[in-house]
Amino acid sequence: MKKLLVFLKDYKKESVIAPLFKMLEAIFELIVPLVVAQIIDIGISTVDKGYIFSRCGVLILLAVIGLVCAISAQFFAAKAAVGFASQLRSALFVHIQKLSFADLDEIGTSTLITRMTSDVNQLQSGVNMVLRLFMRSPFVVFGAMVMAFTVDVKAAIIFVITIPLLSVVVFGVMLITIPLYKKVQAALDRVLAKTRENLVGARVIRAFGKEEEEIQEFNESNEVLTNVQLLVGRISALMNPVTVIIVNIATICIVWTGANQVYAGILTQGEVVALVSYMSQILVELVKLANLIILITKAVACGNRVSDVLNRQPSIQSEKTEFVQSDSSAPMVEFKGVAMQYGKSSEEALSNISFEAKKGQTIGVIGGTGSGKSSLVHLIPRFYDVTKGSVLVQGIDVKDYPLAQLREKIGIVQQKAVLFKGTIEENLRWGNENATEEELWNAIALAQAIDVVEGKEDRLQHMVEQGGRNLSGGQKQRLTIARALVKNPDILILDDSASALDFATDAALRKALSGIAGEKTIFIVSQRTSSIQHADKIIVLDDGKAVGIGTHAELLESCEVYREIYDSQFKKEERRHING
Amino acid sequence: MDKKQLITLKKVLRYMKKYIPLLVVSILLATITVAMTLYFPILMGNALDLILGKDLVDFEGIVEIIKTAVFVIVVNAIAQWVMNVCNNRMTYHIVMDIRKDAFQKIERLPLSYIDSKAHGDIVSRVIADVDTFAEGLLMGFTQLFTGVATIVGTLLFMLTLDFKITFVVVVITPVSLFVASFIAKKTFSMFRLQSEAKGEQTTIIDEMIGNQKVVQAFAYEKKAEERFEEVNARLQKYSLNATFFSSLVNPSTRFVNSLVYAAVGIFGALSAIGGGISVGQLSCFLTYANQYTKPFNEISGVVTELQNALACAGRIFELIEEAAEKADDVDAYVLAEADGRVAIENVSFSYTPEQKLIEDFNLEVKPGQRVAIVGPTGCGKTTFINLLMRFYDVNSGTISLGALDDMQTGEERVTYQQGGNQVQGQLYDIMHMTRKSLRGNYGMVLQETWLKAGTIRENICMGKPDATEEEMIAAAKASHAHSFIKRLPNGYETQISEDGGNLSQGQKQLLCIARVMLCLPPMLILDEATSSIDTRTEMKIQKAFLTMMEGRTSFIVAHRLSTIRESDVILVMKEGKIIEQGTHESLLAQNGFYSKLYNSQFC
Repeated sequence: MKKLLVFLKDYKKESVIAPLFKMLEAIFELIVPLVVAQIIDIGISTVDKGYIFSRCGVLILLAVIGLVCAISAQFFAAKAAVGFASQLRSALFVHIQKLSFADLDEIGTSTLITRMTSDVNQLQSGVNMVLRLFMRSPFVVFGAMVMAFTVDVKAAIIFVITIPLLSVVVFGVMLITIPLYKKVQAALDRVLAKTRENLVGARVIRAFGKEEEEIQEFNESNEVLTNVQLLVGRISALMNPVTVIIVNIATICIVWTGANQVYAGILTQGEVVALVSYMSQILVELVKLANLIILITKAVACGNRVSDVLNRQPSIQSEKTEFVQSDSSAPMVEFKGVAMQYGKSSEEALSNISFEAKKGQTIGVIGGTGSGKSSLVHLIPRFYDVTKGSVLVQGIDVKDYPLAQLREKIGIVQQKAVLFKGTIEENLRWGNENATEEELWNAIALAQAIDVVEGKEDRLQHMVEQGGRNLSGGQKQRLTIARALVKNPDILILDDSASALDFATDAALRKALSGIAGEKTIFIVSQRTSSIQHADKIIVLDDGKAVGIGTHAELLESCEVYREIYDSQFKKEERRHING
Repeated sequence: MDKKQLITLKKVLRYMKKYIPLLVVSILLATITVAMTLYFPILMGNALDLILGKDLVDFEGIVEIIKTAVFVIVVNAIAQWVMNVCNNRMTYHIVMDIRKDAFQKIERLPLSYIDSKAHGDIVSRVIADVDTFAEGLLMGFTQLFTGVATIVGTLLFMLTLDFKITFVVVVITPVSLFVASFIAKKTFSMFRLQSEAKGEQTTIIDEMIGNQKVVQAFAYEKKAEERFEEVNARLQKYSLNATFFSSLVNPSTRFVNSLVYAAVGIFGALSAIGGGISVGQLSCFLTYANQYTKPFNEISGVVTELQNALACAGRIFELIEEAAEKADDVDAYVLAEADGRVAIENVSFSYTPEQKLIEDFNLEVKPGQRVAIVGPTGCGKTTFINLLMRFYDVNSGTISLGALDDMQTGEERVTYQQGGNQVQGQLYDIMHMTRKSLRGNYGMVLQETWLKAGTIRENICMGKPDATEEEMIAAAKASHAHSFIKRLPNGYETQISEDGGNLSQGQKQLLCIARVMLCLPPMLILDEATSSIDTRTEMKIQKAFLTMMEGRTSFIVAHRLSTIRESDVILVMKEGKIIEQGTHESLLAQNGFYSKLYNSQFC
């Protein structure tokens, strides 16, 4: 949390001036009871109307100065708070861009989004309020005490006793309720999870006729939530009556002590009135302070979540920034004894993989679910780091490349087809801003997406909605392939990215790709043997191990797993049919 | 308050009805609290009047006043605490009731509603909107009534003290309200600009952070940052304006308050000179003047909160009042056990009237037959399943199921062969059948694997909560899930996070299969059931499926032709329509869309 204060550093001046003005305002407020005491003791008792008018003039003057101070304070506080939030958001955004895939897997992108939006907003209003009130309230409380001392030491002792007592109550209630608020949040999270679960799983729940049970479970979570809320409510409901009791009793004490002091001729009536109004000022500030503390605890919780993100060191960082000269005679991609393990998992996702891929070759990667196909290709653009061995691109370890230079060479089409809000053209230009229109159309043609684009009224200028909602799965997939092709990469990776395409389109795509293979190295990841059987080299993965590397014909001979996969997809009779 | 808000308010009041006793107690206590709070300064003023100067103090009188004051304080504190507790109780119970109703509605909403609305939107209604509503309601309870009572009470108390000074206070105070609403009006456009910029920024964050993996794959980070910075700078500017100008309300109203204070000082002091009021009463007036504007500010705050709360309540009620699925007929047939016959006659269906999908579709399925549905992605294969399960209702025509139970009389009696035995059953239209019994006769494995948060055991035993350990393990073994479950940290007791986040897609699907394996209803629906499982595992599951399908009518949707080749009937769908129908051989012979699809797998 403390680290976040760095983002106020450009607003040091504002962060100091705002509370200062607030304090000035408070000082003028604290003078008011003294003026009133003078009105009573001098103006009324000597029947001096002129004096009364002049003193009330002073009151109005104090109000005007107070207003000016307050407005300045609001301005500087707003400037600092808004600036703080703005810089924080920027820093977060930049930081998140640096996080590796492993980090993203672990944190989850949806929480990152809430942290960047609502958490930062909460922080902004927290900072704003702190600058405005946090200094002011204690200042008024202690100021009132100091002023009381200037009036009468004996009466001021009452203030000295009251203030710590009040602090104990206010902070005591806070200390008890803050952990409970966390419980409320947790209970609310369960209610939320249950609701979402029932929307996503509506079909299954109804298919199993589980509606009543789900309602029952929801009601239970709902009741738990209500009970925690009531518990917290009951405790925080204590704050107000207890503080009011303390202040009122203190007021009585002041009146009683005041009576004695006046009787002894030490104090005047007006001064007792002043003491009483100082006590009531304390009460008003306490209420504000209590509300403020709630806001601060919320803001601190948000702040902690935000700084968690900022404190997270990206697990993949490239120390290199300068361009690295690669060796064009070396194999395009080479794996040397590579093993890889995901964050907390105890088993290796990939173990001891070695192979070479030369320029112009097409490499097929096949294997069952969870066999490590995606993990393998994700190592090439260094989305994840190897735990053993090394991955070389054009003869140089991927760890020795600046990340941008490495990823420049690689075009990857991921399993989940994602497009962004904007025109089709803007989306395609992600890979290469300067691509000519002809290059765009070439990529579209290769990706079998001509009918997708031509099917739209304004073709390349067709607006894609957020997340590509207005396109079907297959259309999105073809456009993401085109996007990768616009990049004209040395290494093209298709990570099971034809799954939403029907067989005919898939086949046409493969044919088109084989036409450009001469200049590139292409990796095709698939579960279908038909997609990869013409590859120059096929890597068969089983449980993270390469159980076979070779051509289709070789593997049919030598690799048991490959044969099983093939057989499961091609019944013997068809094979005879095709071969014959 | 416009008409819409009034209607919403009425609905809120309906929820409040249950808690009227609490409300009455709360209002009563609020009255006591306000009276006591206002009475205290008077007591202190009276005491001050007994302290006139050196040797001029009436100690006996002061002691009497203090006794009363202590009583007032204690009663006030107790009343306030009980009132707070009552308000909490009311608020949180009302909120609980509303959430309960909302959730019940979710369970009864037609699938068409759930499919067409963004889930995030519905969730935010049930969670965020209800929360805002609760906050507003609580604030309303605690502050609205006390605020009004304080204003009225203060006026009354002041009037008993002095008419003229009261008049001064009453005239100046409303100025603060004008100032507040003036500022609010002026800042409205700034807030609009701010929220527009915020929305724009959220979109960028959503897209770029949500798809961070793509951003990194294309090394798009710098460009994303540029776009973000541009909006961020704009947001900063608008935010500063909105925040600063709206924060002027507080100092301005306080300034007006100070003016009131000074005015009371002048008039009070003058009146004191004339002997109109005592010094103690002047001090009491000053205290009131200090407190008087506070409830005004609070009320204006509460009113905005309440309007906000009503807007949220409106959104929740929209959900609660959404038309539920048509309830089952009162005399709906309870299908104890289907015999496996499915008769589809002249069925037409479309999601929207403009786009016709299934028209005049006929199909007769005999017990134990396998029906495969094939076609390119997005061709509407799931539509067919939606109709079978009555997730959606047909527009016209009938789908009927045969029942093993022939105790009831029906229009149609059919005789057929099953396992060599003559079984006589009758057909029942699924429209006149309880949904629960209809769906209970199907075992369904969907493409979108869905698991609930809970243990693996709870998920497998979903359809049969009273299953024994052996039955569960047998089902898991049959679906090849047992071996991976065993390797999980806590075996069958392993907690699955929401939507099975900690399992792979394939593992999730195996669990979904195990779930159906355990209860084995007479009919099966397998929608892309094996799409995320590699073909080798699939082959093993296939065997289990074959045993499972034995004697069970099955509807299978799959991309993979190998899984459907052995089907008795193949339905070929394209663009939502069923365009071909027949066996593998007959369809190949037709040389139509199916044969094109089939051959493309081998090119």
